[in-house]
Amino acid sequence: MVELSGARPRASRPAPRLWLAGGWLALLALAALFAPFVAPHDPLAQDLFFNRLPPFFMEGAEPGYWLGTDSLGRDVLSRIIHGARIALIVALVAGVAACLLGATLGLLAGYFGGWTDRVISRIVDIWMAFPPVLFAILLVAVLGTGLLSVIVAIAVIDWTRFCRVVRAEAMQQRAMDYVASATVAGHSRWGTLVKEVLPNVMPAIIVLLSLEMGIAVIVEAILSFVNLSLSSDAPTWGGMISEGRTSIHQAWWVLVFPLVTLFLTVLAFSQFGEGLKNRFDPVLR
Amino acid sequence: MLIEATDLALALPDFSKKRPFRPAPTVEILKGLTFAIRRGQTVGIVGRSGCGKSTLGRTLVRLHAPTGGRLTFNGTDITELDAADLRPLRRDLQVIFQDPLSALNPRRTIAAIVADPLQLHDVADAPTRAREALDAVGLGRPFLGRYAHELSGGQRQRVGIARAIALRPKFIFADEIVSGLDTSTQAQVIALLRALQKELRLTLAFVSHDLSVVRHLCDTVMVMAAGQIVERGPTARVFDDPQHAETKALKAAIPLPEVDRDWLGAPLRPAAAVI
Amino acid sequence: MSLLSIDTLSVAIDRGPRLLRGVSLSVSPGEVRGLVGESGAGKSMIGKTIFGVLPHRARVTGGAILFDGQNLLTLSPRARRQVRGTRMALIPQDPLTALNPSRRIGAQITDRLTKIMGEPKKTAEARARHLLAEVEMPDPDRVMAAYPHELSGGMRQRVLIAEAFAAEPALIVADEPTTALDVGVQKRILSLIAQMQARHGAALLFVTHDLGVVAKICQSVTVLFGGTVVEEGATADLLAAPKTDYTSALIAATPRYDRPGETLRPVPPRVTAELALAVEWADRRAGHAD
Repeated sequence: MVELSGARPRASRPAPRLWLAGGWLALLALAALFAPFVAPHDPLAQDLFFNRLPPFFMEGAEPGYWLGTDSLGRDVLSRIIHGARIALIVALVAGVAACLLGATLGLLAGYFGGWTDRVISRIVDIWMAFPPVLFAILLVAVLGTGLLSVIVAIAVIDWTRFCRVVRAEAMQQRAMDYVASATVAGHSRWGTLVKEVLPNVMPAIIVLLSLEMGIAVIVEAILSFVNLSLSSDAPTWGGMISEGRTSIHQAWWVLVFPLVTLFLTVLAFSQFGEGLKNRFDPVLR
Repeated sequence: MLIEATDLALALPDFSKKRPFRPAPTVEILKGLTFAIRRGQTVGIVGRSGCGKSTLGRTLVRLHAPTGGRLTFNGTDITELDAADLRPLRRDLQVIFQDPLSALNPRRTIAAIVADPLQLHDVADAPTRAREALDAVGLGRPFLGRYAHELSGGQRQRVGIARAIALRPKFIFADEIVSGLDTSTQAQVIALLRALQKELRLTLAFVSHDLSVVRHLCDTVMVMAAGQIVERGPTARVFDDPQHAETKALKAAIPLPEVDRDWLGAPLRPAAAVI
Repeated sequence: MSLLSIDTLSVAIDRGPRLLRGVSLSVSPGEVRGLVGESGAGKSMIGKTIFGVLPHRARVTGGAILFDGQNLLTLSPRARRQVRGTRMALIPQDPLTALNPSRRIGAQITDRLTKIMGEPKKTAEARARHLLAEVEMPDPDRVMAAYPHELSGGMRQRVLIAEAFAAEPALIVADEPTTALDVGVQKRILSLIAQMQARHGAALLFVTHDLGVVAKICQSVTVLFGGTVVEEGATADLLAAPKTDYTSALIAATPRYDRPGETLRPVPPRVTAELALAVEWADRRAGHAD
């Protein structure tokens, strides 16, 4: 076909949300990594003389306590920074674990079909019949509290989300002729799965993973909120929200700042995933 | 003879009629076909949709396993070979698919798509060979790094052809490869195939419902109806003197680009008869 | 006077390529006119513009569509809907997606009659049954109660033809109605459309890329390239003695089983390049230069 002058190729779009979301996550990651150096105070240090100090922009603020202190006089900013450690570890480890487990099973079910599919799909159906939060609480109760239990609980509950989406996606790709064409070329079934189908399911996996990381942060916060995560002393966002709730009328900042951080982080994860997909998927680019 | 089929049959499970806890009933799609394809020959396989022509092609390259009869390729019985035993034969059995957009992995570049089968079969200097194949179909360097969705329909189909010929296979099954193309693009692809036929001495099974295209490309024709071959012979004979009613009907169904008041036929019943 | 008269119609994507560049054509009452061209020629876009269903971000940038003497483009949305609902109809390309899968055939045919024309349900249903008989559907009563998935592609296309003729429109746009069908079915559908057209007398704008189909069903034809009209005329004249290189090249590129000796010649790049240049030149003169 002759290209008429009017038809210009689409210019690649700038991706502000990728940069904004990525920036926030990078900031958080750095803060978490270097928390002992970055945080102005010890997150556990109590000082009852300095309790319920307001944040810097309010009257009565004390220099050095940017976001104020809680009812035990612990620095809110330092606790948020140290809380980022736990939040990010949970997001990464639990997210990736759920993803690996769910995506692998989903891929197998969708690609091979038949018995494999029937067995895996039935397990997923049964799994999803449990109410997730109760399931998590039950698991943590059995495993005992602690970071590892939280991570295991999230992965064990949320893999089904990956499994279902990836299965559907893999089934759809399987029906495409490029899969038949890989067979014609002489690829084995496994080779075709890994080299041809997986890259085409990847964008969906990336988006799901980013969502899952956000969800993991929330679930961790929920578990902390109901005191089933780490010891109540340890700085977690959920724990802070839970404590802040009791003094919301006297010191709203103890509740609001961790909540905003949590919100921004969850939003950043989902936007980062979408942004990555749009930026690097050759089909969308 | 490159391909010999004896009483070739295929039945596939029909999941639309499946009942719970029972195996799906099967439908016979190919009902005992016997024919041979000679080296260097282009065979047209024609028929209406649902007659089994594409399934036959897919069976010849063993994308389906026959459920009856015998199929030999180049003297080897391939009727019952499993995937692993077929793999070395794959380089000689290639396919050009009907819908190139579906047949080209959307997330790989054109160069990678064409080079892939070469690399898989350890052909020396795969990237160069891939480039040569793409050159042969008229896609030069600027196309190497592109993705399928960035090409026009005709260009995509050329990529499909390049991938199929890159391995210099002994046999190619071409599945309705020009039916989705514009007239001019179709003429280009037909011209390209004719040139490649001569140059590479391709053996081709060309499935189509368009008899005009078949007439231009094929040495012999097999006409299929309901899973059986109802007529076959040299293209000129089949066209000039069709024997079977199905062949005649297929021929009559092609609208030639010339005005013919009778072609559409007289209305089957007069308007007054319909109340 | 012509029923439909399109005058220098231009359509463009916002800040993007132009899809139609000053297309003019007219259709007389009861005329069957073919619109041919390769993909990207703008042949389907004309139908879309007539019905006001342009793709995302595309809009009309100039020209007029006179239907019954009224400019459709300046009518109020309400008046335009009225014209579209009562006086025109579409036979779509893909019979598989054009019917709502969760509603019965009968309801889908009578919709227009009861909702827009305000006919009572009884009469509308009787009429639908009659139309289904006219398009030679076996057992119209059963079909009325059937869902689309119970019918084959060819059957569904018949239903869509019946639906198109239901309100006795003055103009029907058929957008590649047989492209998705098998050759054998194509011939039946074409003769049905011709039969219905002859009986009901609607004008037909028949969009296709197949010169063979044009030859069999159209009295006149307009050839398009790159959103412009290349040539038009009576079908017999145009096929026998094309006036432009492009049309003759298109004819030479069409394979014919009755002329196997003739080598197929793709449209030479020179011809398309010249046309593309001419189109661009016309654009510049009209002040649309990039």
